[in-house]
Amino acid sequence: MSELHTVNKSPFEKSSFASCLEHVLEGSAVLLYEDGIYAATKGTAVEGKLKSAQGVKFYVLGPDLKARGLGEDRVIDGVEIVDYEAFVDLAAEHSKVVAWV
Amino acid sequence: MSEAIKKFLYLNRRAPYGTIYAWESLEVVLIGAAFDQDVSLAFLDDGVYQIVKGQDTAAIEMKNFSPTYAALGDYDVTKLYVEKESLEERGLTIDDLMDLKWEDEDEDWAEKDSIKVVSRFELARIMEGQDVVFSF
Repeated sequence: MSELHTVNKSPFEKSSFASCLEHVLEGSAVLLYEDGIYAATKGTAVEGKLKSAQGVKFYVLGPDLKARGLGEDRVIDGVEIVDYEAFVDLAAEHSKVVAWV
Repeated sequence: MSEAIKKFLYLNRRAPYGTIYAWESLEVVLIGAAFDQDVSLAFLDDGVYQIVKGQDTAAIEMKNFSPTYAALGDYDVTKLYVEKESLEERGLTIDDLMDLKWEDEDEDWAEKDSIKVVSRFELARIMEGQDVVFSF
């Protein structure tokens, strides 16, 4: 059963995102929310980390992007933008949630 | 009183909303502005995210405090230094930031830019020239 990993810290300030990517298995999903959303944006110094994760599905929480003034056009291609309801669905669909706080 | 004016620099290094630091910094800046000191703000590391334009917090049900940055000029807080390297590392340019202005009463209230993009080295020199540095 695949896992849902969640990251809510900035990839520039904390190692949560980097550590998550080092432990996430193929077929699992990663949801970025709160300050974690910055890892899903284009043109950053850490963009390559997300792009090089093979077989991992990435989601980003839309309300947190919007709050921070970052439009959907700034999100790295292939990352799916979701709302709170979809967050709940993802948590329910996966065997468990691993939170990288 | 004039001989007592000191140079205060507020260092802003955190993204908004995820933690309370950005908002707390603004509150302290506004309180400090009442004391007629020489105040500057620096935005570096994730702090540059604080002044990204177009913030809309309705869906996360938090207060959008970003309009407050536009009011800083009215409190004579007119020097906002933004670190160039921090913007670049985050895929941002000055066009992604709010257009913050102040009015110069010595020049018939001419509108001037509050934001000045500086290099990491220049910011180090700006820090060197301060009497007090507050970190958020």
